[in-house]
Amino acid sequence: MAVSQVNLRYAMGINMKKKQGMVLLSLLIWGSGQFIVAKQRVKGSLFFLAQVLLLGTELFTGYWLNYFAGQISDFSIRLYGGFFTKGLWGLITMGSVEGIKGDHSTILLINGIIAFMGFIILMGVYIVNVTDAYKQGILLDSLGRKEILKRNKLSTKKKAFPYLILMPAAIVIILIVLMPIIFSVLTAFTNYDMNHLPPAHLVDWVGFENFTKLVSVPIWSKTFLTVLIWTIIWAVAATFSTYFMGLLQALMLSSKYVKHKGLFQAIYILPWAIPGMISLLVFKNLLNGQFGPFNQFLLDTGIISERIPFLTDPVLAKISILAVNLWMGFPTFMVMLLGVLANQEESLYEAARIDGAGKLQVFRRIKLPLLMQATAPLIIMNLACNFNNFGAIYFLTGGGPTNSNLQFAGDTDILISWIYKLTLDQRMFSMAAVMNILIFLFIAVVSLWNFSRTNAFKEM
Amino acid sequence: MKNKINWLLIHLELILVALFVIIPIVWIIMSSLNTGNGLASASFIPKELTFDNYKRLFTDSNYSKWFLNSFIVAALNAVISVMLIMLTAWIMSRFRFRGRKTGLMAILLLSMFPTFLSMTAIYTLFWNFRLLDKPVALVIIYAAGAIPYNVWLVKGYLDGIPGEIDEAAYIDGSTYLKTFTKIVLPLSRPIITYCAVSQFMMPWMDYILPNMLLSSDESRTLAVGLFGMISGKENSNFTMFAAGAVLIAVPITILFMFFQKYLVQGIAAGANKG
Repeated sequence: MAVSQVNLRYAMGINMKKKQGMVLLSLLIWGSGQFIVAKQRVKGSLFFLAQVLLLGTELFTGYWLNYFAGQISDFSIRLYGGFFTKGLWGLITMGSVEGIKGDHSTILLINGIIAFMGFIILMGVYIVNVTDAYKQGILLDSLGRKEILKRNKLSTKKKAFPYLILMPAAIVIILIVLMPIIFSVLTAFTNYDMNHLPPAHLVDWVGFENFTKLVSVPIWSKTFLTVLIWTIIWAVAATFSTYFMGLLQALMLSSKYVKHKGLFQAIYILPWAIPGMISLLVFKNLLNGQFGPFNQFLLDTGIISERIPFLTDPVLAKISILAVNLWMGFPTFMVMLLGVLANQEESLYEAARIDGAGKLQVFRRIKLPLLMQATAPLIIMNLACNFNNFGAIYFLTGGGPTNSNLQFAGDTDILISWIYKLTLDQRMFSMAAVMNILIFLFIAVVSLWNFSRTNAFKEM
Repeated sequence: MKNKINWLLIHLELILVALFVIIPIVWIIMSSLNTGNGLASASFIPKELTFDNYKRLFTDSNYSKWFLNSFIVAALNAVISVMLIMLTAWIMSRFRFRGRKTGLMAILLLSMFPTFLSMTAIYTLFWNFRLLDKPVALVIIYAAGAIPYNVWLVKGYLDGIPGEIDEAAYIDGSTYLKTFTKIVLPLSRPIITYCAVSQFMMPWMDYILPNMLLSSDESRTLAVGLFGMISGKENSNFTMFAAGAVLIAVPITILFMFFQKYLVQGIAAGANKG
């Protein structure tokens, strides 16, 4: 009896197209086509496991079983939904019951994003499962089972290996890097702020309202432009001041007159080696307008008659920040440029000199362009870093002095420190998120442009 | 004569810059040896030298606890980050599979989004999983944040190692993982050193995330603890802060000097992305 059943099924399988059978089976029960028809046990089981994961999670985190058993009379996804349905519901509505015992909008949002990403990934597995069934079906119909088994044994293991190894890194990145970014982007389209703080209040979707606010409300657009302009000035000035100071010191050190190159180099590297935050906090105190020893020194020696507000005057504070950044940043470029200088062909300069070019001319026309070209990627990377150099601003001046014409921003605030204040001090999460998106676009465009010119990109 | 003037001018410049570099450093070291507490009493040339501030760090503050927290986070971060980075970069460099290019482009884009801009989400996520106030939980953020940029860096490095070496090992019957541990890892020692050292040094002075995620004084990291000492208006603990700063800056500076060659190479490679 059993034998004849198997034979019957086998005979049927040969008669009807295997391709169709496999696809139909795998459409309903994931991996069943591969498992039953193509006898690819491992692959089939893995696909089936994904389906079990999807349905199992949904069933056992929700109350679906009770619902099907008729124990729940008025069913709602909010109360009885499982991981995926409740997640998606939360993502769309961000809660419907206000109050401490009601819905917590941001947690619903985060769970919703996680559920949505998980759902998308499992749907991806489902699609791969069906297309794979289709492909294997065609192969089975044309080649026969034996040939395929021989081929697959090797290739399945080989194909699965990269995915298996990448799994931990992928999970960590999706949860810790990607999820918060999606959350941050989505926040820009909500009214998540001081007046809508969960758990007491609900957050709602507001569409592009925050973006229009940035353009149409004068104080927002004015603050944004003021801060943006200073951010750009800061990034450019900070990068190039350190670059040229580094270049100057590198040239000085490689001059033939210097005997104790190593000693000076060791001293110059110190600011790079010392943790940046400590340096900044030290300078914050050194330049303190009331008790700072620098002011005291100037007073004692009679150079000034009253204390200078290095960090609290709008213009002076900007200059002080750039000066401190110069102290901290020039060693990096100095070391990099020393490396480039050591690898340069002296003969090129000799040739120019023989042709009658003066020393300055050789430097300006030949040496400097060559050095700039060799260090261009470093300069651009440095620009991008300074654009978001939160520490230099926050630890030194805290963005201050405060400027009452600006919306919660001080005179030395750059975009990122302004965002920090909006988030932590003002709790204007939605507006901060709008700014986040703009910064990200800016950085991404610059970096991608920079990157698209490198070899790494072409050889990817 | 001209030579002598040149010699003099160049050395004058070098010494001036050296003073510009050194004076703040000497000042903070001197401050840490001062008697008295406040910033105003921290004079450049103290009347008498004392190690009281260093002693007070261990008796009056949780400095040793903060140090231990930071050390655990830093060490774990170095190990976990390097493992994840090396494995991912190796796969990306040596294997060709569907989704590889998309994955590489995706992490490139992700690496441009500053981690701390997503602090609200991370805070809520940590709250959700009951991970707040646990220093060790910081490691997962640091490690995840380190993957995108460093994978590109290491991938560039591995691309420079001829694939024939691994092919030969496979022909000799070596498995994937064995080839990775016995051949790829030893060949990439410089880049591993760079990743490990930079990942070890980073958490010591990271402020924003630990400040947000750790609330009790006991569970703080050094950066948060030190900042707390001088965040008050009157800077009443300034000399103690100075001592704490010197005490942590010295080992990190030595570490940096020791691994300087690798760090410079790593940064240069990072700018060129291979």
